[in-house]
Amino acid sequence: MTVHTEAPAAAPAAAERPPRVPAPRRRSWTGLWFVLPFFAAYALFLIWPTFLGLYYSFTDKSLTGRTPSWIGLDNWAEALGDERAWNALGNTAVFTLYSTPPLVVLSIVFALMVNRARRAGWFLRLAIFAPYVIPVSVVTIIWTWIYQPDGGILNHYLEVLGVQSPDAPTIWLQDEHRAMWAVVITTVWWTIGFNFLLYLAALQTIPQDVYEASAIDGANWWRQLWSITLPLLKRTTALVIVLQLIASLRIFDQMYLMTSGGPNRATEVAIHYIYIAGFEGYRIGYASALSYVLFVLIMIVSIVQFRLFSRKEA
Amino acid sequence: MPNHPPPPGPLTRRTLLAGSAAAAGLGLTGCGSLAVSLSDKTVVKQWNLLAGADGAIMTEMHGQFEAEHPDVDLQATTLGWGTPFYTRIVMGASGGNGADVATAHVSRIKSLSPATLLDPFDLKEIEDAGLDPDAFPAELWDKCFVDGELYAIPLDTHALVNYYNRSVCAEIGALNPDGTLLETTGVEDYFDVLRAAKEVTGQYGTSLDTFGGWRQFWAWYRQADGEMAFGDGDYEMDDAKALQSIEVMYRMAEEGLCPTFADGAQCAANFENGAAGFVQVGNWEITRFRAFSEAQGLDFSMTEMPDFFGNRRTQGDSHSFILPHHNSWDPEVRRATIEYVAYMLKNSLQWGAGAGHTPAYLPVTESAEYQALEPNAEYSGVVDNVQLDPEVWFSGSGARLFDEAGTVFQQVYALALNPEEALALLKERIQDLVSLPNPVD
Repeated sequence: MTVHTEAPAAAPAAAERPPRVPAPRRRSWTGLWFVLPFFAAYALFLIWPTFLGLYYSFTDKSLTGRTPSWIGLDNWAEALGDERAWNALGNTAVFTLYSTPPLVVLSIVFALMVNRARRAGWFLRLAIFAPYVIPVSVVTIIWTWIYQPDGGILNHYLEVLGVQSPDAPTIWLQDEHRAMWAVVITTVWWTIGFNFLLYLAALQTIPQDVYEASAIDGANWWRQLWSITLPLLKRTTALVIVLQLIASLRIFDQMYLMTSGGPNRATEVAIHYIYIAGFEGYRIGYASALSYVLFVLIMIVSIVQFRLFSRKEA
Repeated sequence: MPNHPPPPGPLTRRTLLAGSAAAAGLGLTGCGSLAVSLSDKTVVKQWNLLAGADGAIMTEMHGQFEAEHPDVDLQATTLGWGTPFYTRIVMGASGGNGADVATAHVSRIKSLSPATLLDPFDLKEIEDAGLDPDAFPAELWDKCFVDGELYAIPLDTHALVNYYNRSVCAEIGALNPDGTLLETTGVEDYFDVLRAAKEVTGQYGTSLDTFGGWRQFWAWYRQADGEMAFGDGDYEMDDAKALQSIEVMYRMAEEGLCPTFADGAQCAANFENGAAGFVQVGNWEITRFRAFSEAQGLDFSMTEMPDFFGNRRTQGDSHSFILPHHNSWDPEVRRATIEYVAYMLKNSLQWGAGAGHTPAYLPVTESAEYQALEPNAEYSGVVDNVQLDPEVWFSGSGARLFDEAGTVFQQVYALALNPEEALALLKERIQDLVSLPNPVD
């Protein structure tokens, strides 16, 4: 039994309905009142700012409150030629590339492990999921301490294990080459619980009889993993990857709190640069144009991905 | 169907509950500032950036102000120092409903776009509150005016100073008979003292904030009479003098005389736990070192920055009070706000004694009581030697030049960039900033 969630075709369903008794048109607006609170908030805080931002991107709107003037495509042209913006986008891509594979692979491994564990199952579930409920500010404070070169717990254990000498402590967050990895490790630790949960749930929907049948055919554990478990987890993997990509493209919190984009802009990501341009540089117009560039890129990535996965499903 | 083990439902639900309870708690505390008091007290909302040791002194003074002004409900909020604070001030002021009064560095006033984001003080109203507008150091007072309007009232002058551990200094013979630090001339002279101190501490000679390199750079660059001037799209600086200052950092770190890596907290801790015999950091850390001294014993004092290039100039700034823009002022709130500012200035002896800052209000600094304060007297010269950051919209404490230059210098201390590379990168960063459209003029 594979999991099929095909939507029933709408048209035939409608045709099946006996047409001779037309339902009396009840003019009830009650439903709308239930939707209104959400819709009002949605319109006020999402739809309106989205269009306002598009408008601002064609002006030199400033946070200082000076009267904005229409400057056409200047902001857009500047954004496309802004080296720092591309560098920031590149860092976002690097973060995505570094963080997605471990977040997928490790969560499968943990899910398989926990799914087999009998006694310690509850403990492992708790241990792996628990970090996910901690707010980002707490996570980054804890990890910044862990990464402290002098007296940080990570370097302490590296010293105990003899991997590094106490005289030359490894610099984590302040080293141009290690900072990104340090943030990736923190992020994996923090967010893996959610993917893990998705996989664990998916694993539990795989019926036992498939395994029993394959065992009768002589399949060993590895064979079952490769030919049954992983293929049946494909939909979950697709979901996890999509969620992961979207989350990674809008990464900001961890970098802002742990490295402030440093050292030497090695961890300055797209949203951080938008923040800098808008709130430190007061240039709301330019920041809006940058946001739209990012928005278009996220759209393209999502569409490509959607196409790729839906073709595989077919 | 086989019997599946139950999905991890109950557990998640519980964690979810705990999580949402915590989130609700956070939400509630977030609303604290919105909770306007229902009593008939006049509410004055104050925002400050004093997240360091001096914040405790300000909180103490606020308590006294409230005790003496039972009709005023002072709601003070401390925000993260630097960028986080200033971005909030700007956003609050651009909405016209932010704080009633806020602290700000005098070097930042121009960058806050005073014409649109700040409300000016009226000289008459501050006189009515009992302040004498002529009783401020003239140069500092002038910096508080933009286009003829008074946008800030200075509370203090603060600067980078040199703290020394007296036990370490006694051991290396660096003390005068009266227990003060021997004066040195030139970089080598001072490095010799640091080398001797390193021998004693076994770790560093001096500790300094390797993340706040701009302050040290500006002090040494200004000691050598270096100038930095900004024009439209370009700037001028003295490369040779800049390089000379960066070399000091690099050599100090390379020889292990200072840490290659220490943020503000760690740099102070190095001094407290005896890993360094000196620390060059702001005078505001005195509160912290005093507390440590009381708890665990630390025989220290402080003096002006050492003479590296012919004088003892130092980087510094001034805390002041500003009025973020209001769409409309309630006259009662305005009166209470000015009353608060006046109170803080008239009582700034405590600010000087507790937080190590030099009060700006002259009746306080000239009082015999202030003159007798120790160790303030030992570094009283900083007021004349203090060098404010260059005047341009992206400059000032915690501003973009400070941050961008700081990340370059951090790489110098970490020995990841040599002085030439660092200077090239610094110039590139400054050029980037200069090329941005000026949002405030």
